[in-house]
Amino acid sequence: MKLRNTLTSMALALTALSAQAQTEIQMWHSMSGALGEWVNGLANSYNQSQKDYKVVPVFKGNYDESMTAAMAAFRGGNAPHVLQVFEVGTATMMYSKGAIVPVAKVMKDAGYKFDPSVYIPAVAGYYTAPNGDIQSLPFNSSTPVFWYNKDAFKAAGLDPESPPKTWTELTLAASKLKASGHKCPFTTAWQTWVHLETFSAWHDVEFATQRNGFKGLNARLNVTTPLHVRHIENLANMSANGLFVYKGRAGAAGATFESGECAMYTNSSAAYAGIKRNAKFAFGVSTLPYYPDVKGAPQNTIIGGASLWVMAGKNSNEYKGVAGFFDHLSKTDVQAKSHQDTGYLPITTAAYQATEKSGFYKQNPGTDVSVTQMVRKTTDRSQGIRLGNFVQIRTIMDEELEQVWSGKKSPKDGLEAIKKRGDELLVRFENANR
Amino acid sequence: MTFEKRVRFRSSWLPWALVAPQLLVVVLFFFWPAGQALLESVYESDAFGMSSTFVGLDNFKRLFADETYLQSFWTTAIFSIWVAGCGLTIALLLAVMADRIVPYAIAPAVVGVLWVFMFTPSMGVVSHALKQAGVDWNHLLNSTHAMTLIVTAAVWKQISYNFLFFLAALQSVPKSLLEAAAIDGAGPWMRFWTIQLPLITPTAFFLLVVNIVYAFFDTFAIIDATTSGGPGKDTAILVYKVYQDGFKAMDLGGSAAQSVVLMAIVIALTVLQFRYIEKRVNY
Repeated sequence: MKLRNTLTSMALALTALSAQAQTEIQMWHSMSGALGEWVNGLANSYNQSQKDYKVVPVFKGNYDESMTAAMAAFRGGNAPHVLQVFEVGTATMMYSKGAIVPVAKVMKDAGYKFDPSVYIPAVAGYYTAPNGDIQSLPFNSSTPVFWYNKDAFKAAGLDPESPPKTWTELTLAASKLKASGHKCPFTTAWQTWVHLETFSAWHDVEFATQRNGFKGLNARLNVTTPLHVRHIENLANMSANGLFVYKGRAGAAGATFESGECAMYTNSSAAYAGIKRNAKFAFGVSTLPYYPDVKGAPQNTIIGGASLWVMAGKNSNEYKGVAGFFDHLSKTDVQAKSHQDTGYLPITTAAYQATEKSGFYKQNPGTDVSVTQMVRKTTDRSQGIRLGNFVQIRTIMDEELEQVWSGKKSPKDGLEAIKKRGDELLVRFENANR
Repeated sequence: MTFEKRVRFRSSWLPWALVAPQLLVVVLFFFWPAGQALLESVYESDAFGMSSTFVGLDNFKRLFADETYLQSFWTTAIFSIWVAGCGLTIALLLAVMADRIVPYAIAPAVVGVLWVFMFTPSMGVVSHALKQAGVDWNHLLNSTHAMTLIVTAAVWKQISYNFLFFLAALQSVPKSLLEAAAIDGAGPWMRFWTIQLPLITPTAFFLLVVNIVYAFFDTFAIIDATTSGGPGKDTAILVYKVYQDGFKAMDLGGSAAQSVVLMAIVIALTVLQFRYIEKRVNY
């Protein structure tokens, strides 16, 4: 009897659901906490703007976890419609042709006028195919910037309003900070993203051949040039002299800056929210240091973060809903609000201009640093990085750089090992996707 | 002394039916995945499983051509010996002293996070104390420090498990034997060495096998939460790379090949243990 009751009520519930006739769009993402609320807010505002589609955001763990989950779901035929993928997974997604539908195609098929030129080149370019079609929609993008502790600068006799612009100036500032008793003058988060990947674009040199992999699968690492060796040597010397202190892989160094232990550091522009909340000192943000004698430097920095991919195998009605959602996300007011609320980069030039006009950058000094590093015309060498097996290559770079900082390997040997081990993975990816 | 303890069943299907649930679990959760791993290890497939190419032994050839992979055998050996050695000795010591019980049911990742907090170079309690004692603790760049950290965390998690088994075994040693020995004038050390230890060898042997398997397979979460295999690759034991390549880098073929290698090693080790060490066990 009880069972029958349950079944009846379940049947009733199902009828009620189908009566709404709303098409659900599943979106898997990796944004937790305040950023999770931001994603839910975006979905809500789209859901309220129309009646036919309902975007359902589902938090699926961190970036690797949600990507693994989506791959398993795809194998089982239950992939979500939209998947948020971090930038290092770009090549894997792009070359999985049968698993994804390019965003440009989704938009065109759904009848939206899709003009790639409204997107900021350095942001959208990362996710654009050689034929100019945007493959995935840039969602949350940030870029490396330079953060410093103004109180520590004052204590060391440095001008807190003129942060170091070049590596020479930075080394000098670090020495002064050390002389004033600072234990950790300079550190960095995301060492490979900042000091190899972005470093290359910032100095307008290739990080990998074939335009950093944009032109084809036969790209190989290009990190053994004199400029790369010079920079890693510079950091290794700073490390040996106690001017640069290594604080771990990924974002581990963040806590050491926020606590005041380290006085200067390079990290994502998205670190803003955390620093603002936790730092008990005046902090400043500035552009990434560079070597002024390098021709073309500073060029532009490159992005990190994630983009939204559309998975294959859904019906055209569902894709219409996805296209509508993406169109909603690209609207100037929605974009400008996202940019101002989260600190992530705007994806359209119009959103940047609207934010500028509103006086937001003047009220929140420093928030425009990341944007000005990006709103430039990119070159063939600075558009972004598109390499297969990039997750493993990043690990290799971390491993070898650690050998350099600990003095076990010379900078040149470390970079050569990165090239050798990384190229093996690139060859494998080329063979697997030919 | 051996006792005949066999139970005889009249029907032939009943014993099978009785062990069927257990067999089902073993087949479902061990043989089937192991078979899958064997199969995957000779294929190269893309991330979404749309194409799968038979590549024979290529995955294995590539592994053994990789110097860093060969290095991680050495890392694993050192790690396992330390974990099993310290884990067993300390637990036995504690059991003998019947000291207080250390918590046992803790997720490895929690253990990792706990220890990494205590050892964080700049703020950790332990690293601060070490600094006071003149040791400049830095497991981010010093591989000996990193190895010490993961061994400590792994041993700490396993000690209580070992302890419970040792304590139970020690308590089942007949009191009369110990009393007789005491009357004959044997001191505590003598009694332990000649009576208790020989009588608990079955438990010790069981724990040795379990601890080796633990060190080989069950410690990747600890490593992931503390050192991520660094500095360099100095704490990347075999199972950590399996996890990283399979679940973070989506290289299923390569990861499967590594788990086949790992499986072979542990089978070989267990066989060796049963052949040579078990001979010294008194049941």
